[in-house]
Amino acid sequence: MTPTPASTYRRAYRPADHRLVGGVATGVAEHFNVPVLWVRLAFIIGTWFQGIGVIAYLLLWRLLPLQRPQLSPGLESATRRGLRTGSRTGPAEIAQTIALAAVGIGVLLLIQSTGRGINDNVLGPLLVGVVGIAVVWRQYDDAAWGRWMRETRGFGFASRIAAGAGLVAVAGIYFVTKEGGWGAAVNLASALVVAILGLGLILGPWIFRLVGDLAQERRERVRSQERADVAAHLHDSVLQTLALLQKNAGDAAAVATLARRQERELRAWLYGNDEQPGDSLVAALRAAAAEVEDVHHVPVEVIAVGDAALDPDVTALARASREAMINAAKHAQVDRIDVYAESDGRTAEVFVRDRGVGFDLEAIADDRMGVRGSIVDRVERHGGTATIRSSPGAGTEVAMTMPIRRGESASPATTPPTPAPSTSIEGATS
Amino acid sequence: MTTLRIVIVDDHAMFRTGVRAEIDGPVDVVAEAEDVDSAVAAITAAKPDVVLLDVHMPGGGGLEVIRRLHVRHPETKFLALSVSDAAEDVIGIIRAGARGYVTKNISGPELLDAIDRVAAGDAVFSPRLAGFVLDAFAGTIEIAQVDEDLDRLTEREREVMRLIARGYAYKEVAKELFISIKTVETHVSSVLRKLQLSSRHELTRWANDRRLI
Repeated sequence: MTPTPASTYRRAYRPADHRLVGGVATGVAEHFNVPVLWVRLAFIIGTWFQGIGVIAYLLLWRLLPLQRPQLSPGLESATRRGLRTGSRTGPAEIAQTIALAAVGIGVLLLIQSTGRGINDNVLGPLLVGVVGIAVVWRQYDDAAWGRWMRETRGFGFASRIAAGAGLVAVAGIYFVTKEGGWGAAVNLASALVVAILGLGLILGPWIFRLVGDLAQERRERVRSQERADVAAHLHDSVLQTLALLQKNAGDAAAVATLARRQERELRAWLYGNDEQPGDSLVAALRAAAAEVEDVHHVPVEVIAVGDAALDPDVTALARASREAMINAAKHAQVDRIDVYAESDGRTAEVFVRDRGVGFDLEAIADDRMGVRGSIVDRVERHGGTATIRSSPGAGTEVAMTMPIRRGESASPATTPPTPAPSTSIEGATS
Repeated sequence: MTTLRIVIVDDHAMFRTGVRAEIDGPVDVVAEAEDVDSAVAAITAAKPDVVLLDVHMPGGGGLEVIRRLHVRHPETKFLALSVSDAAEDVIGIIRAGARGYVTKNISGPELLDAIDRVAAGDAVFSPRLAGFVLDAFAGTIEIAQVDEDLDRLTEREREVMRLIARGYAYKEVAKELFISIKTVETHVSSVLRKLQLSSRHELTRWANDRRLI
């Protein structure tokens, strides 16, 4: 997943995978964080006033860049191979939009009939033009039009030349027959437009190709870099692990650990976002879990809801959680540890749980420095609370709560500090 | 009690063979399928009690299978299986109508237990799925606020989800909250229903951000 470049303003775009016509309404709705219905209504109401709505829509269609969804590599490949069903515009939304459009056109005609609407002479050509442009741009979006425009031989080329030449000829005839009188200026302008259109059709491919080649070159470069990244990744992780597995073939525990570590890495790479241990609470917990898995050979499952930035308090919470995981791995004699973290922007909570042998808190609370010092005291020093529930044979759960200090470092659960739009849960190790 | 009839849908033959070896006996594996079309045909023909459904496979994935069958065969229960753990697809398949989600490294006995529960009409929530659900509904409820809005999770449902996310089995959740296992199952089923029906703005947005709808 490519990280989005840090910019001070958000750019609006048209979502490629979630649109009815051009994706303008959806894009605008996402940008301003309002229901898409309102945006569609605004465009329709705007159309009642001299067609401003339609013109605005078309302009935005042209100006807003198309954005394809950024998926993790694993999902991207699954999508490409048709292994998953992507998003689909629901029939309800289509029906709703058609109904809206029908009402909009109805009202527009009503306004027309009062004689105060758009001038009839303008309305007809406007409608035809709008529909024509919409069709053309829709095709352009789908790249078929672009391909047709780029052809420099064959049927597409011939038909384009013919269309272009025809338009130029029409312009010429128009100009010659209509010469003279008041209308001459208007006619000249019309003729020029038609002629330019014709020339554009003929010269289009070379211009397109020039621009296209540059873009193509850039894409190729990015693609080959990505290929190199994949190769490097496979070499560093999978190949090394396979070699190690062959060496340790006799040692079942080592094989299981190696396989598990490889799975975790691959999963993070395929479905995760590139987070570093220093980024956030969840990233730190995941790093700690990976470490415990490697050293103590116990699977640690981290589930997280929301995330928090690593200020000193939250860092203490993360360290205490790591101690709790290590304790569980060392003493509980279990084959699985569950870690659950939840942050809602006000408090961060972490639960570390095992179903292991447990211990009697009263009996060892004083001499067991590990539990007291590194977990309870550490959390309490930073203003949090930590409780340990355990009894022999019933497992242990360490529950820690830490208030998140309001300030520039506080980050609400809805906006995790990682730049990727995906939540922290994705790419969790399991 | 009659033996449950199962169809395994997965594009990896090795995985199908492995699962069949693990569960055949206690349950009856009546058919296997490897892509969306063959799955739809096999399920229509065999009318199984439970379908073990891979999330990703040729033809549009498990989601497509459920979409094609759910209306005509509402009695068929789907249990989603996956290695991917991508929130998008897991929540997507649950919203489409699957009654549970487990990862492929689940043990044989656990899988059998999950199949039993799905067949009985209950929902199977792994800790991971509970985490996804909490995330999807995050911020929709104020503490101690009683809300009539059907779409929101009640405080109790949230508590149950949190315990499941913390690694508690249903039995342990029941003990922790001083309620019966049946009540836990009721809460989980109700969360599942809300997840499938919810049109609340937050959930819609959450889903929107991940391109689920």
